[in-house]
Amino acid sequence: MTARTSGAQRTRSIVLHLICIGVGALIVVPVWFGVIGGFKDNGQLSTNPLGLPDPWVPENYTDLFASGVFWRQLGNSLLIAVSSTVIVVGAAAMAAFVFARYAFRGREFLVTLFAIGLMFPFAVAILPLFVLLRSMGLLDNPLGVILPQAAFGLPITIIILRQFFRTIPAEVEEAAVLDGCSSFGFFWRVLLPMARPALATVSVLAVVTSWNNFMLPLVVFSDQSWWTLPVGVQAFQGQYADDTARVLAYVVLSMIPALGFYAVAERQLVGGLTGSVKG
Amino acid sequence: MTRPSTVSDTRRGDTATDPPAPGPGTTRQRGRQPRPGRGGVLAVFLAPALALFLLLVIAPILVAGYASLYKWNGFGLPENFVGLDNYTRAFGDPTFRGDLWRGFVLVLLSLAVQLPAALALAMLLNQPLRGRAAYRLIFFAPYVLSEVTTAVLFTLVFSPNRGLGESVSSWLGADAGAIFADPDTVLFAVFLVVSWKYFGLYMMLFLAARQGIPKELSEAAVTDGATAWQAFRHVTLPLLGPTIRISIFLSVIGTIQLFDMVWVLTGGGPIHTSETMAVTMYQYGFRRFEVGYASAISIVMFLLSLVFALFYQRIVLRRDTAGAITNQGGQR
Repeated sequence: MTARTSGAQRTRSIVLHLICIGVGALIVVPVWFGVIGGFKDNGQLSTNPLGLPDPWVPENYTDLFASGVFWRQLGNSLLIAVSSTVIVVGAAAMAAFVFARYAFRGREFLVTLFAIGLMFPFAVAILPLFVLLRSMGLLDNPLGVILPQAAFGLPITIIILRQFFRTIPAEVEEAAVLDGCSSFGFFWRVLLPMARPALATVSVLAVVTSWNNFMLPLVVFSDQSWWTLPVGVQAFQGQYADDTARVLAYVVLSMIPALGFYAVAERQLVGGLTGSVKG
Repeated sequence: MTRPSTVSDTRRGDTATDPPAPGPGTTRQRGRQPRPGRGGVLAVFLAPALALFLLLVIAPILVAGYASLYKWNGFGLPENFVGLDNYTRAFGDPTFRGDLWRGFVLVLLSLAVQLPAALALAMLLNQPLRGRAAYRLIFFAPYVLSEVTTAVLFTLVFSPNRGLGESVSSWLGADAGAIFADPDTVLFAVFLVVSWKYFGLYMMLFLAARQGIPKELSEAAVTDGATAWQAFRHVTLPLLGPTIRISIFLSVIGTIQLFDMVWVLTGGGPIHTSETMAVTMYQYGFRRFEVGYASAISIVMFLLSLVFALFYQRIVLRRDTAGAITNQGGQR
């Protein structure tokens, strides 16, 4: 009896593993193809797309490291992601504080206004946004990407932070006020330090969103020196359409920071995504 | 997730009890004086978020609505008022009507294939299985890659001469290398790449929801003689309802605004067979400088999202505490 049960369990577990490995292969094989493809020349790619390179051709990668274009785009992506995140989290935390802990006329209207903002994708606003940015002289200026990204990130950030701020007991604030804290002092010295996990979550979401944004930098930056990685990768593909191996190397390099960030911040990212759909 | 996040944790307790907002509101109820200088505090704290939001989110939508009533190339002020002509033109345009149809097909495919597959995998990863943390990590990884990176990678994977497509073709006996060039298959090819990137997100949402359901419930059903499938069908699945409905919502809203992936994979071609509303809007707005017409398409996208969202919130999500808008309305 026990032997049969454990036999059935073993079969079952083997089937489950096979399914998981099959799905995992669908994800890993294209990426693997890219990583090792970058170490081949184009001749090898046509005759031997999946096997190990023979010989290894590191030039595709080393040329990119030496050229400076990749580093420049990496720096631009980083600058824009960090600035957008600081602005959106700062502005959203202040607004969420007021929405969570003050009752005032018009509060629900404002909260609903921001909540409706969840449904405004860039694609809807991109055209008038472009006209607006042009009239403000913010084209080919990183602020032209940073500020709209921060604005579009506000709804989700405010909703998550507000929910978190509401869980901090009123007694904490009363104690702080009795100790002579002003509203701003309470916000800065008590609330924000207590909200560190929630702040980490929304920051990770904001960084990933900014890092992957394509449409806005595409229309804002005509000057190549401001291009971010997604824009750069797409342009590189157009430029070297015949040199598949070189484009693969560029794609792989542009994946590394995102995957590295994922490895470090997976918990915050998943927590943020699963948390945000509940609110 | 082995450790549920702080946010979702606190959120769950929060929506259940829904305490009144603390602060002056409650202090007043206790008969104390409201805090002095409150208006100033409110203004200072709200100003940055409101300024950003009104200027860069709300204003552009209003400008798009205004511009959609004009024939305008985007330079100077719009002067040539044409009423609703841009809208009638859009709905008479076979490309735009095709965009609507293709969006509909993509949503159907997602409901029929992507979401059930994600649900099945989530249930699978909920089993005690050695290495499931690693599987979960891998399945979700494509979500952090940008749509552009994913699209370029797959263009090369299926590139006719040097990609994996050739090898796949020889296994399948079909020409996999040409799926992005054939009008009959291109939309499915786009759908496959979209699913590759996003199924992990839905899997993660389902998994988190599944882990929020106490084990005892399905165990009790099995003790009472239900098969594993019956326990899933009649106990687990209904309890996953809110998450499933939210996932459908995300899928529809995501499809309405699909741009990056299509733009890089196919540019909308061949002959518009993979074009989406956002791609059509981009073509007219940034390539042909028909800003008035492109604005009308933006507004249609916006209205579709808004109407769908409101309708969905009212009809489908009403029972769930999840919807942001209904939630706000029901709070005080």
